[in-house]
Amino acid sequence: MIPASFAYHRAASADEALSLAAEHGEDAKFLAGGHSLLPLMKLRFAAPEVIIDIGRLSELSFITDEGSAIRIGALTRHHDVEHSELLAREIPLLAHAAGQVGDPQIRHRGTIGGSVAHGDPASDLPAVLLALDATFVARGRAGTREIPAGEFFRSLFETALEPGELLTEIVVPKPANGAAWSFQKFTKRAIDWAIVGVAVQDDRIGLINMGSVPLRAGRAEAALAAGEPVADAAAVAAEGTSPGSDIHASRAYREHLARVLVGRALEEARSRS
Amino acid sequence: MPSATDVSVELTVNGRSCRREVPARTLLVHFLREQLGLTGTHVGCDTTQCGACTVAMDGVAVKSCTVLAAQAGGHEITTIEGIGDEGKLHPVQHAFWAEHGLQCGYCTPGMVMAVRQIIADNPDPTDADVRRGLAGNICRCTGYQNIVAAALAAAAAMRES
Repeated sequence: MIPASFAYHRAASADEALSLAAEHGEDAKFLAGGHSLLPLMKLRFAAPEVIIDIGRLSELSFITDEGSAIRIGALTRHHDVEHSELLAREIPLLAHAAGQVGDPQIRHRGTIGGSVAHGDPASDLPAVLLALDATFVARGRAGTREIPAGEFFRSLFETALEPGELLTEIVVPKPANGAAWSFQKFTKRAIDWAIVGVAVQDDRIGLINMGSVPLRAGRAEAALAAGEPVADAAAVAAEGTSPGSDIHASRAYREHLARVLVGRALEEARSRS
Repeated sequence: MPSATDVSVELTVNGRSCRREVPARTLLVHFLREQLGLTGTHVGCDTTQCGACTVAMDGVAVKSCTVLAAQAGGHEITTIEGIGDEGKLHPVQHAFWAEHGLQCGYCTPGMVMAVRQIIADNPDPTDADVRRGLAGNICRCTGYQNIVAAALAAAAAMRES
């Protein structure tokens, strides 16, 4: 499978990437690691006329300690997030989850920002960043703005990013209790997308593949806040979600998995803290 | 006259620099196979799952069916042809031979390149480390036992040398 034809531009700076995006408008797509976009282009689900390769913008690859938060450049590869000693110490959920994305080769190319901007509800990291209450920083021609993770994912493959806007950074507040985390991913094979996945940090619960966007398990979180036991919170984990049925699992099975995995995740997070 | 959708790609493959004008949509695996004749890198699933197209890019294993040749411009690529030859097999190649780590052989170049990565990351991997490191490589003969045995034997041989 070969993508449809496109014109290729390699940006030498974030500013140049934004200029190219402004010039080419909705015909253009940014290409980071390419491990979300290229598969879609090969299937012709996406056929941009212009590709703006931002993969070499080293200015957008970093993991820095800002005291109360850690800032991660959008082009930081999964492999580097997985092996960051800073993240392993302060936000082990994120380092661990990055190490569960795809397989080693994929983690060498895929980027955290690409995974977020792609807006796939079956991706691991968006739900993890919801559970971590992260903020996304976007740059456009009009300037820079911050978008809370909870307001970022709009619908399947659609995010709050405006055309021509570039996701540049992910800001993750250090959790109150970094050790109180769990990541549960149910797959048939190691490299598959999650049939359902759950990320827990403290009492925040992110759900993978339980609707058209990555979600927080709001009803379960409310149950925990009301002092209900873990089993009761897990029992309502699928309420308010709308998972699809497909070749891998029915909707009812996904709802079952969400309840089971949220229960396991909450138990594990509590046992660690 | 090149069209607007062509690019000039200049990269180093197995230590030799090369340059070709290709359509921008050319994938690295096709660049290697069709432009350079390096057909040891295989196309298996073509969907980033099977790992038959694994090559090293600046020393790290990547799936060349999901990298544009243009993205690889300026980088150093190592393919299965670049790590050893019939007279002097790479230790990982030798271990696949000695341990019968292949049946049909289709996945083998990618497996060898992935095992190189596993040993580069950890010279003394456990069985579990090898299996996790091979998550992105599929053998449809399902000969995994001997592939894992080959990886462990290669690691041991490389530690001793």
